[in-house]
Order: sequence, then structure tokens, then C-alpha cells
Amino acid sequence: MITNRRKHIVVAMTLIAPFVFIFALVFLYPTLKMVELSFTNAPLIGSGEWVGLDNYRRLFNDNLFYTSLKNNGYFVLLTVVPTTVIALAIALAVNRLAGSMQALVLAVFFLPYILPVSVVTQIWAWMLDFQFGILQPLIEWVTGKPVAVFNHPSWVMPAVASITIWWTNGFNVLLFIAGLRNISPDLYEAAALDGASRRQLFMKITWPLLWPVTALVLTLQLILQLKLFDQVYLLSGGGPFNSSYVLLMMVYREAFQLNHGGYASAVAVILFVLIMIVSVLQFQLLRIGGRK
Amino acid sequence: MLLVITLTAAAIWIFPLYWAFVTSIRDESHVVSSDAGLLPDMLNLTAYSDALFNSNLLTWYVNSIGTSIIITVTVLITGMMCAYALSQMRFPGRRALYAVVLASFMIPTQALVVTQFVLMNDLGLVNTWAGIILPQLIVPVVIIVYKQFFDAVPKEMREAVLLDGGGEYTLLFKVYLPLNWGITTALAIITFIMAWNQFFWPFLVTTSENMMTIPVGITQVRDTFGVNYARVMAVALLGAAPVAIAYLIFQKKVTEAVMISSGVKG
Repeated sequence: MITNRRKHIVVAMTLIAPFVFIFALVFLYPTLKMVELSFTNAPLIGSGEWVGLDNYRRLFNDNLFYTSLKNNGYFVLLTVVPTTVIALAIALAVNRLAGSMQALVLAVFFLPYILPVSVVTQIWAWMLDFQFGILQPLIEWVTGKPVAVFNHPSWVMPAVASITIWWTNGFNVLLFIAGLRNISPDLYEAAALDGASRRQLFMKITWPLLWPVTALVLTLQLILQLKLFDQVYLLSGGGPFNSSYVLLMMVYREAFQLNHGGYASAVAVILFVLIMIVSVLQFQLLRIGGRK
Repeated sequence: MLLVITLTAAAIWIFPLYWAFVTSIRDESHVVSSDAGLLPDMLNLTAYSDALFNSNLLTWYVNSIGTSIIITVTVLITGMMCAYALSQMRFPGRRALYAVVLASFMIPTQALVVTQFVLMNDLGLVNTWAGIILPQLIVPVVIIVYKQFFDAVPKEMREAVLLDGGGEYTLLFKVYLPLNWGITTALAIITFIMAWNQFFWPFLVTTSENMMTIPVGITQVRDTFGVNYARVMAVALLGAAPVAIAYLIFQKKVTEAVMISSGVKG
């Protein structure tokens, strides 16, 4: 019996070993190393000296850090709530369609989500090209002149945000549709028999029952958009005048372009902690919302 | 009325892809001419043949397909093994391991790139497939979804196999896995699409053009040729084609996988 129990445990250990090993190698070790590195003045490759809290002190006096933080916040404002509202509207509309029409329209809204980010940015760079972009006549019609969107401090973030919404919105639409399908049709029938209006149906049934999904979408988006890098790097490189410079951009530039491994790690630690805090809040929020 | 609005919105939504396609089949001089309209008016495939034969696109395809397949297979196998142990076996540290899996959901991998890069450099894996692959092998959601599905398998099946003298590996690969082919294909498709689309990490770990994956490589085309919009669009569409086609074929599976893995539908 004892040997059986031991054998059982050995088998279990071999089953979990590959995951645990890879996890320790590419997640745990880099996390600890990141914290350690953030207290040194090491370059990206090679060792440095222990400098205590110097990197953090410097960081909290670095204007670029505050600019990045502000831009991250601005991007979150521009994307999280708008994409949730747009996705909900699209999901409600798609949900009313039937059969192959529904599948087709859903595919149209979801397709951008499965494109690589660089494909998305290249298509939009062409759409918004200063000289030949198909959208420039539209911009000219509104503002009176063509705009070099990604070279304009006040246009760049809204443009990147819109492109991001176009790209990732399909995912949120799917979640809302799943949420809508989970609502029993009986509820609507019963309410309709009682003479409820369309508006009442939405306010009293759809919206409250959809709230857990809405909370999920909002928090997933919040975390996702805090990790912004790819789109700004490819579209504007963080410019012009740092108007689209974000925290992850700062990590990238300090580490890989300026060779400041230690300082970049300090920025990364701050970003890491920030996202962990938001994630824990999300977890709690969703749990209170009644999910497992 | 609602139908008209929905279809208009859908048409606007798909327009950028339509426009990329129209641009890609035009002659470059026609692309930038002022009399070029909104409708496809040429069928010129020079941009495509240029993209395929005068750039490294084919090399990037090989890198993308190779790394994405290895990632998908490894993630699924290690994930299902770990999930099986968590779901069906009792061992010390089980609860702690599950807590780690749940918590690793929250870890922002992007913040780890600096030290992951240092690690890959120490291991001599910069500019190699292994370097591209390794950090992408942790996909906790695969474990969580598998565990849910394994939990739901009736206990009687397990006991019957154990009575017949079968071991845990027999159970996993002959019973639990075949019972869950549906979710396995769904997870495989989204893991593959995720791996294919990964930009940030492959971008950092590949500096030589020969080692780049599609999403990283296609950003180089503009630099090499200068701006040639027909070609840029052809390259972009060719880069997106494999996953787009996979999605269109497996649309139902992808939809299901997204819903299940985000916990909206179990």
C-alpha cells in the first residue's frame, strides 16, 4: 500500500515536471532576476554593481516615466470603455441575426482579431498615409487639411486607440455573444407576456444578466491595454515628442537601445507590480460578481 | 432597419482588409495615381510574386510554421499532463501548484522580456528557434481548461481502467484525451494562432533576418524596398493568410475555444 502511494506520487511528479521546469526557467527565474537587476547598474549583457535604490530614485525623478505613465492612462481611457460599448452594441445586433447571416457578420467583426499586429499596422499606415491614404480626404473634409496622423502629438494616441479597437474588438464581441446566449429565452417570453417593452427587456433582463461578462471584458481590456507596445512601436515609435511613449516602450528602449539593463528592470518591476495590482483587483471584483 | 445598420457597420469594419487587397493587386503606379477608384480595376500579381520571390518571406513562413507547431504541441502535451495530475491525482503540493497556475494568468510576460533576453543570451539561444519558442511555452489557460474537462469525466471510467491494471498514462492517453478531442483541437487552433501572431518576443530575440517569424519579418520589407504600397499590402496579406484561412475553416472551433478559455461558457 505504501509503495503504491509512493508510486502514485512519482507518476504525478513526472506528469507535472515538464510544466514546472519550463515555468521555473522562463517565468520564475526571470522574475527574480528582474528584481535583482533593478538594484544594479548592469548593462543589458554583463554584470553591474549593486546600487541599492538608485534606479528607483532616478525613475521617480524621470519626467519620461511620468509621461509614459500618463500616456498609458490616456490610452486606457481611449480604449477600455469605448471598445466595451462598441462590442456590446455589435453583439446585440449580431445576436438578432439568424443562421449563416449571423455567422458571416460575426466572422467579419472577428477577422481582424486574428491578424498579426504588424499586418494591422501596415494596413492602417497605408489607409492613413499622408499623401495617398484613402482616409485623408475624410480627414481633410473634417479638419480642412490632410493630417500626418502618426506625426501629430494630439492625433497619434486616438489613432492608435482606434486601430487597436478595430483590431481587438472581435474578441469582446464573442464574449458578449456567449453571454447573451447564456440568457434563457424563457425570461424574455415571460416578460413579453407581462407586456414589457423593448427598453424594459434590455434594462431588466439583458443588462443585469450580462453584467458579469461586461465586468470581465472591462477588466481584461484594462490589463491588456496597459501592456501597450507593439502598435505604438510600429506606428509612431513613441513619438512625436514622446506623445505616444508608454511604459513598455521605456523598458524596451532603456534595455535594448540604451543598454541600461538595471534601469530598464526597475521600470519593468513598476509595470509588473502595476499590472499585478490591477489583476488581483480584477480577480476580487469578478469573484464578488459571483464567478468561481 | 437594424439589419441595414448592422450590414453597413460590417462593411466599414471589413473595408481596411478589402482596401489592402485592392491595393495589392494594382500596379504600383496606379496605386498612387489620383484616378484610382474604390473598386478593383486591375489584376496585377507582380506585388505577390515580388513578395514571395524577392524577399525572405518564404524563410519567415518556415520559421513561423515551425515554431508555432512546436509551441502548440508542447503547450498542449505539457498542459494536459499537468492538468491530468491536478485533476485526477493526489500529491503533496497539488494545491500550491494549482494556485501558481491560476496566478500565472496574471503575470505580465511583457515585463519579463529584459531578463528573459538575458537568460536566452546566457544559454546561447538568441537568434534560434529554441530562443523564440521557450518563453512562449507557458499558457496557463490550457491547463485550466483541460482540468475543467478532466474533472467532468465520470469517475467510473477511471476505476474500471485501474481495475484492469491500467496505469495513469494509459488513463490519460487512452481515456481522458480521446474523450476530449473536441476541446484539444479547439485549444490547438487558438494556441497556434496566438503563437503565429506573437510579435514582441520574437522581435526581441531575432536580430538576423533569416531567423525572423512572419509578424517580425514583414516589418522589414518596407525598410528594404522603400515604400511600395502594393508590395507592402501583398506581403501583409500573405503574412496573415495562414491564420485567416485557418480561422475561416475552423470558425466554429475558434469561437468555441475563445468562449471556453475566457470562462464565459463551460
